[in-house]
This record gives sequence, C-alpha cells and structure tokens, in this order.
Amino acid sequence: MSPTSDRLLRVADGCLVLSHRLSEWMSNGPTMEEDIALGNIALDLLGQARGLLQLVGDEDQLAYFREPQEFCNPLICELPNGDFAFTMLRLLFVSAWLAEVWSTLEGDAAGVAEKAVKENAYHLRHASSWVVRLGDGTEESHDRMLNALDGLWPYRGEIASEQWYARIEPVLTEATLPMPAADAWAQRSSADGWHTEHLGYLLAEMQSLARAHPGATW
Amino acid sequence: MSAHSPLWEVFIRSRNGLHHAHVGSVHAVDAEMAVENARDVYTRRGEGVSIWVVPSTAIVASDPADKDELFEPALTKIYRHPTFYEIPDGVANI
Repeated sequence: MSPTSDRLLRVADGCLVLSHRLSEWMSNGPTMEEDIALGNIALDLLGQARGLLQLVGDEDQLAYFREPQEFCNPLICELPNGDFAFTMLRLLFVSAWLAEVWSTLEGDAAGVAEKAVKENAYHLRHASSWVVRLGDGTEESHDRMLNALDGLWPYRGEIASEQWYARIEPVLTEATLPMPAADAWAQRSSADGWHTEHLGYLLAEMQSLARAHPGATW
Repeated sequence: MSAHSPLWEVFIRSRNGLHHAHVGSVHAVDAEMAVENARDVYTRRGEGVSIWVVPSTAIVASDPADKDELFEPALTKIYRHPTFYEIPDGVANI
C-alpha cells in the first residue's frame, strides 16, 4: 500500500476502534446526558472511519475481515475503557492527535477532514472539560485522573508531537494534574502489527455478525 | 449523579430570527456542562442554532391552584382574538 493509504488506514482504524470502545458505554454512562454524548461521539468517529476506509478500499472488507495484526490503529485507541476518568483522558489524548491529523489531510481525504475537524473540536472540548472537572474535582476524582494519566502516558508515543504536547499541557495544568515528562518511556508498536491483547476481543465482538452472515443487510 | 447535579431548563432557537423555545431539561453540575448536555441531548438532528440553559430553580412558576383566577377570565373574552377583521386581498403572511 502507498504511504498515503497507510496513513489514512491508521487514522481510520484509530477512529473505528475508539468508536467501538465508546459505544461500549451505551446504557452504562454516569448520566443519561453523558450516555447520549458518548454515543454521539462514537457515531462521529464511526462516520470519520467510514469516510477514510472508503478512500482506501472496501469499507466492510477492511472493517470486518481483517485480523488484529492487520489493524494499524494507535494502541491507545484499543485499551479497555477503564473508569470514566480513563475514558475521558483517552478521548482527550486521541482528540488532540486527531485535531492535528484533520488539519493536515490533503487530497480526497480533505473532504472527510472538513467535516471531521468540527466534530473533533467538540470532542476535544467535551473531553477537556471533563478532565478539568474531574482532575480539579474531589479527592477521588483527582486520584482517578492520576491513575488514568499513569496508565495512558506510555501510549502517547504513537500520537504525540510538539503540537500535541502543547494542546495537552494547558488542560492538565487547569485540571491540577502533573504534566509527565515528554521523554518518558513510550509504547511504539502498532504500526508493525503488534497490538495489546485487548484488540482481539474487541474485534471478535465487532466483527462477529459480519463474519457469521457475510453480506448481510437490514 | 443526578442527586448531586442540579436541573437546568433548556431553550433552543431553531433558526435565526425565531425565538428560543423550551425543549426540556438536563442534569449538569455547572453551566458549561449544561450547555454541552443540552447540545448532545436536544440538537442531535439539527434542531438548533443557539442554546440557552437556565437553572431550573430560577424559574418562577404559576400555581396550578390559581388557574381559575389567572386563566379562566380570558376564556370568555373572544374579542381579544384578531378574528373579527377582514383581511384585504394581497396581504400575505398574516
């Protein structure tokens, strides 16, 4: 595949996998309002993934019939949701990456990006406000944010850039959370087909219907 | 969480030039969250171009027990309705 397709697939897979993770919150959100918010964001991400997959090839084939090692989403997208703090901090990290991605895509993908950039701006805003609210909230919510930060920081390697750090730092500061070192150890392996053990289970659920009933329509 | 988060009334303006209309309510711990929740719950299908949120406690409501004195008198005053005028031909949008 061409470098352009590689890059599009990486973004598409990131959106698709994170969309699935967020959809797991459906009916489990902390409030009805947040439940719907997470569903909206999941659907935005799914639409973005579809837009890019259609540029790369057959979207159903790509989404439902590839094996885990063929997916090239950043690892951070496939990590289990954890608690709400972890989910929101992960959304902040990924949205900060996508903000940069959507503003730099060219050619056919620019059409997808034009819509996505607005959707993503809202995701970034929603995640930022929750990170600040929880980080600068109660003792428990602050502790949960610290745990989330510990758990997610090693996974920033594939998505972080100078721009990314510049987007994240003011949010963490306002959330009274420490900004960990940019040169701390980081995972970097999804581009080589290495994934966490969690992706296989996610895909098993996401792909089971399409594999049991190929070509099914409703 | 709703036990700790106050209720907000949501008003949406569906198009420029129209007024904000009450559409429902959301729970939220602060004004920012209230606007975001209102956006997520009430504007999913392109319903609006502007959102107002107001703490429900700021709403002063009439007492249902007062309905006779408040509303009953108007029912018999049909002359307040603009239905006795002849509308000239050529007047549109009235």
